[in-house]
Parts: sequence; structure tokens; C-alpha cells
Amino acid sequence: MFGNLDFDVIRRALPYLFLEGMTFTLTLTGLAALGGLVFGTALALMRLSGFKILGRIAGIYVDFMRSLPLVLVIFWFYFLVPYIGQWVTGASRPISVGAFASSLITFIMFEAAYFSEIMRAGIQSISRGQPAAASALGLTYAQTMRYVVLPQAFRNMLPVLITQTIVLFQDTSLVYVLSITDFLGAASKVAQRDGRLVEMYLFAAIVYFTISCIASYGVRRLQARIAIIR
Amino acid sequence: MIEISHVNKWYSPSFQVLTDCTTSVTKGEVVVVCGPSGSGKSTLIKCVNALEPFQSGDILVDGIKVNDPKTNLPKLRSRVGMVFQHFELFPHLKIIDNLCLAQEKVLDRSRDKAKAKGMQLLERVGLKEQAQKYPANLSGGQQQRVAIARALAMDPIVMLFDEPTSALDPEMVSEVLDVMVDLAHEGMTMMVVTHEMGFARKVANRVIFMDRGEIVEDAAKEDFFGKPRSDRAQKFLSKILSH
Ligand SMILES: Nc1ncnc2c1ncn2[C@@H]1O[C@H](COP(=O)(O)OP(=O)(O)OP(=O)(O)O)[C@@H](O)[C@H]1O
Ligand SMILES: [Mg+2]
Repeated sequence: MFGNLDFDVIRRALPYLFLEGMTFTLTLTGLAALGGLVFGTALALMRLSGFKILGRIAGIYVDFMRSLPLVLVIFWFYFLVPYIGQWVTGASRPISVGAFASSLITFIMFEAAYFSEIMRAGIQSISRGQPAAASALGLTYAQTMRYVVLPQAFRNMLPVLITQTIVLFQDTSLVYVLSITDFLGAASKVAQRDGRLVEMYLFAAIVYFTISCIASYGVRRLQARIAIIR
Repeated sequence: MIEISHVNKWYSPSFQVLTDCTTSVTKGEVVVVCGPSGSGKSTLIKCVNALEPFQSGDILVDGIKVNDPKTNLPKLRSRVGMVFQHFELFPHLKIIDNLCLAQEKVLDRSRDKAKAKGMQLLERVGLKEQAQKYPANLSGGQQQRVAIARALAMDPIVMLFDEPTSALDPEMVSEVLDVMVDLAHEGMTMMVVTHEMGFARKVANRVIFMDRGEIVEDAAKEDFFGKPRSDRAQKFLSKILSH
């Protein structure tokens, strides 16, 4: 069955696959990870704050996001965001935000739920003596978090955060439901156009696999290094 | 400098950790607090800079009421140095940055000024060469000396120590105590929880003995070591001095 495969189709599609597709995938992954980390850290701080109501709100949000299939959230969000935008700004018509902005917001909100649990564990892993020492020096609560607790929590959790980002990198392929040209979207467009499904999907699998493997290897190296520092 | 009057603290309705504690530390005085494990020494010293809240009584530091909700606690704490049993250096920061952080963020000192002050204090505790290392690369004794320097960098008006040598290997105890003795001789006001009776003999003005959350004995050093009035203090002393 492999007799009539044409792998040259891949070579011809490379610029399109990488310059357009992979660039989009990596941009979305990077921005979503960054936004998810910031928002997730805020959620974690809410849950760990002394304010019960804040903690409850964050807790419900996290549980809610984690009990929905991602692809459904992407889909719903794409249709809902224009109306939410209209409602927030009071505009007369639904505000079109575009597929990229919509998917980015979705991923940030979705990943934040996972990053918040990681950061929460990271913050809790730091002994109480550390914030006590920071307070004793006169640092405020916010300064204690910013300069003492969060940097340590982030460093301790870096391997887990990167692992979660690898999952995110793979999950971004779900934006195909919005007909976006991410890496997988580009590959499948070429596949459909040239009728080369096997070659293109095989190639896409190899690329996702390779990048994820390299990143995982990096995580293991990092873990070993962090273990030494501690 | 520190006035503690009738302080009561409960960790839970059924567990009172401090009972009617009253004492004071005047300017330039060195007061040693001792007592059996669990007697509330750490709790009491942490109440002084409001790391622990208490339910009744008052504590004044330099005339400022610690338990007043209107008190600017960060500002007050920045003037009260504290040294912990387990050092609590910030492991993600270099030694010099451990000394600079609060100087810059709390006292608004410039980076250069903070660094100069930090280096001067590191030199004083004999650790100038370690400035660029991380805490994990230092021995326990070295870390505790850095912790003392870090507290001194804030120009505190009083220093609190909570068992600063009890987590150290025996051969490192004296390097830390030497720094503390120097500090005492320079006239620093100090409140020190410790079982190092040699240190108490050398520099303390007064010794406080605590048991089960109460201040049982509060006496001038000579009186305390001469003949403690309470049975409990006598028993405690004979126990730790026989080691
Ligand atoms: N956060 C807390 N919650 C409940 N109980 C506590 C808490 N911290 C301390 N305790 C209890 O309060 C009592 C006094 O503790 P504290 O640490 O002040 O004693 P200590 O005199 O410093 O003892 P040690 O010599 O062991 O350090 C102990 O029985 C301890 O178990
Ligand atoms: Mg203690």
C-alpha cells in the first residue's frame, strides 16, 4: 500500500506548514501558556487567600473548567464571545473578535484552571517560615508573594508547568473546529487538496511527536538540575 | 523598648498558649528567654513583631502598639530584626540579594547603597567571600550569620532571636554566638530565646523562664543563676546545665 506514496508533497508544503501553520501553533501555545500562568496564579492566590468568598469563586471556576471537554469550550466560546463583547461594551451588534483572539482567550481561561492547581501546590510546598521571614523584614503581603513565595513556587513547579504546556501544545490542534490554519489545520488542508492524507497526517504526527519528545527530555534535564540546587 | 503587658493567647478555645505574660526589655538590654519545649517561648517572641496575633493584653515596641489595627505593621517590623531557628534565608536569591531585598523594597534604598551596606555587614560576620553564592552552598553556621546580617541591614532598633543555634551542628554554635555577643557588647537591644546558658551568663542582663505559657521567673542574671526562686526553674536549670 505504500507503493504509491508521494512524500515530495511534504517538501513542497513545508513553507506553508511551518511559516503559517507552526508559527500560529507556537504563538498560540506561548501566549496561552503565559496568560494561563498569570491568570492561574491569580486564581491560586485567591484560593489560598484568607477570604472565603474569593476562594470559593476561584474553586468553582477551576472545577467548572476542568469538567468540560476543551473542544466544547472552544466551540462555545467562539460563538459566545461576540455576544459577551456586545453585552460588556453595550454595542448594538455582536462584536466580531476573530478566530485567533477567540481561541487565545479560550485557551488562557482553560489552561488557567490547570496552571492554578499547579501553582497552588507550588505555593503550598514552601515552608511557612519563608513568608514569616519576609514579613519580619517588613515586606508587605504583596511583596512577600512577589519576591519570595511566587518565584520559589514557580521554580519548584517549572517541570510540571512545562509538561502542562506540552499538553497545551498538542491541545491547540483542536482549533481545527474553527477552521483555523494551525499546524494540523495546514497539514489537513494540504492533505485534502492534494489527496495525500496518509503522507500529511503521518508527517504531522511525527512533528508533534518530535517536538513533544524534545521538550519532555528538556524537562527531565531541568528536574535533575533543580534537584541539585535544592 | 519592648513592653509586654498581660498578654493572653489561645490557639483554640481549649488551648491557651500564653497566660498573662508581662515583662519588658529596655534600651540596650539583653534578655534571654528559656524554658522547656512547648512552653510558648517562640509564640511570645513572635507576638512582639505581630507574626502571631494575640487575643488580649498589649505589646508596645518603641511606644507603638503592635496589636492596634491601625499600626503599620510592615513599617514596624522593618525596625525589628528577627532571626529564626531555621535561618529562613531565601534560597532562590544570592547571599547579597538576600541582604538587599528588604533594604530596596521596604526602605527604598538604592541598589548601590543596599549592596554597600550588605557587603559591609557580610564582612562584619566574616562572610564577604560568600556574597555571590546561594544559601544552599553555605554551612548552617554561615547561613545563620547571613540571617543576622540580613536583619541588621535594616538598621533595627531591637533584635529578636528564636533559638538561633539549636538547629546547628555543635561545632558551628560558637561562630554564631560570637556574632551575637559582639552585637550585645555594641549595645544592641536583644530578646533571645535560647538554651545556651553560657551566652546568657556572658551577656544577658535578665533571664526569663517560661513554663506552660507563663512567665514563671523574670530576674536579673545574677539572681537567676544564683538561686532561681521557683522549683520549676531550678529543675530546668539543673537539667540543662548537667549536659
Ligand atoms: N500554629 C499553632 N497552632 C496550634 N498550636 C500551636 C501552634 N504553634 C505552636 N503551637 C503549640 O503551642 C505551644 C507553644 O509553642 P511554642 O512554639 O511557642 O513553644 P516553644 O517554647 O517555642 O517550644 P520549642 O522549645 O519546642 O521551640 C506548643 O504546645 C505548640 O505545640
Ligand atoms: Mg520554639
